[in-house]
Amino acid sequence: MTDQQHLQTITDIKRMMERSSRFISLSGLSGVAAGICGLAGAFIAKLIFDAYYVRYNLRGGYDEADFRNLKLNLVILGLCVLLAALGSGAFFTLRRVRKMQVSVWDMSARKLLINILIPLVTGGFFIAGLIYNHADVLVAPTSLIFYGLALINASKYTLSDVRYLGLCEIVVGLINLFFLRKGLYFWAIGFGVLHIVYGILMWWKYERKLTL
Amino acid sequence: MNPIGNLNKIFESRIRLGVMSILMVNEEVNFNDLKQMLEVTDGNLASHLNTLEENGYLKVHKGFIGRKTNTTYAITPAGEKAFKGHLAALEHMIKFTR
Repeated sequence: MTDQQHLQTITDIKRMMERSSRFISLSGLSGVAAGICGLAGAFIAKLIFDAYYVRYNLRGGYDEADFRNLKLNLVILGLCVLLAALGSGAFFTLRRVRKMQVSVWDMSARKLLINILIPLVTGGFFIAGLIYNHADVLVAPTSLIFYGLALINASKYTLSDVRYLGLCEIVVGLINLFFLRKGLYFWAIGFGVLHIVYGILMWWKYERKLTL
Repeated sequence: MNPIGNLNKIFESRIRLGVMSILMVNEEVNFNDLKQMLEVTDGNLASHLNTLEENGYLKVHKGFIGRKTNTTYAITPAGEKAFKGHLAALEHMIKFTR
């Protein structure tokens, strides 16, 4: 065997180790798409809030039914944003997977999904509990913090850069804890701006050369 | 010392080397996942896995998911040692033959 062959063998080993343990086809554009959904969602939420306060002032006081209605609208909006973000995110990642000609649903994808879902589902139930107990102001910071933890957990099974996005989400969530009624702005930063910035950075780092 | 002597004959096959690489970074992997990742046929993979098992490099665990068999493979300490030795020999050769 020649040197060239030995080097090739070592490269093969590294590739096998990486491909079997990390899902590396996540596209940066998925992040950008999710971020845009987040920002759009925050904007619509702002409109809903503004309309609520207009009614509040006209009425000159609090109304139980109207407040419940506001909550319901926001929860529905949140779920729609989540679906749109996941859908558009999946679209760009699938597109990249097809380009790279690897299989999407392999061991690494399964591991990534399980490990991101554990903290995320925990967070989801925690937030449902917060809403149930009327601790609404805590919803925004809690979702940011659990999302950040989920990303950090997931970073072991995908691009390690995801870890930094996770850390940023946690920081934004923790700051939000001290500015409780400004949750919408922190959400816009955490789910909108951070995703877009992260997505562009990742696209620049890993995909730019492949596309050009 | 002849450095080529340190290269493990068993790892000359790319498929066996692939199996070991995957098992070094994953605690337990089942037959189908190995097959998918290495892009080989059932029979081919099975015979390579047999060789590795006979040499004491693999632990085999036969289980069931419902009625279907689910055989998983894990690396043994001896396998880990052999693989690391093989890697070191490869690196050594690259370094000292220039």
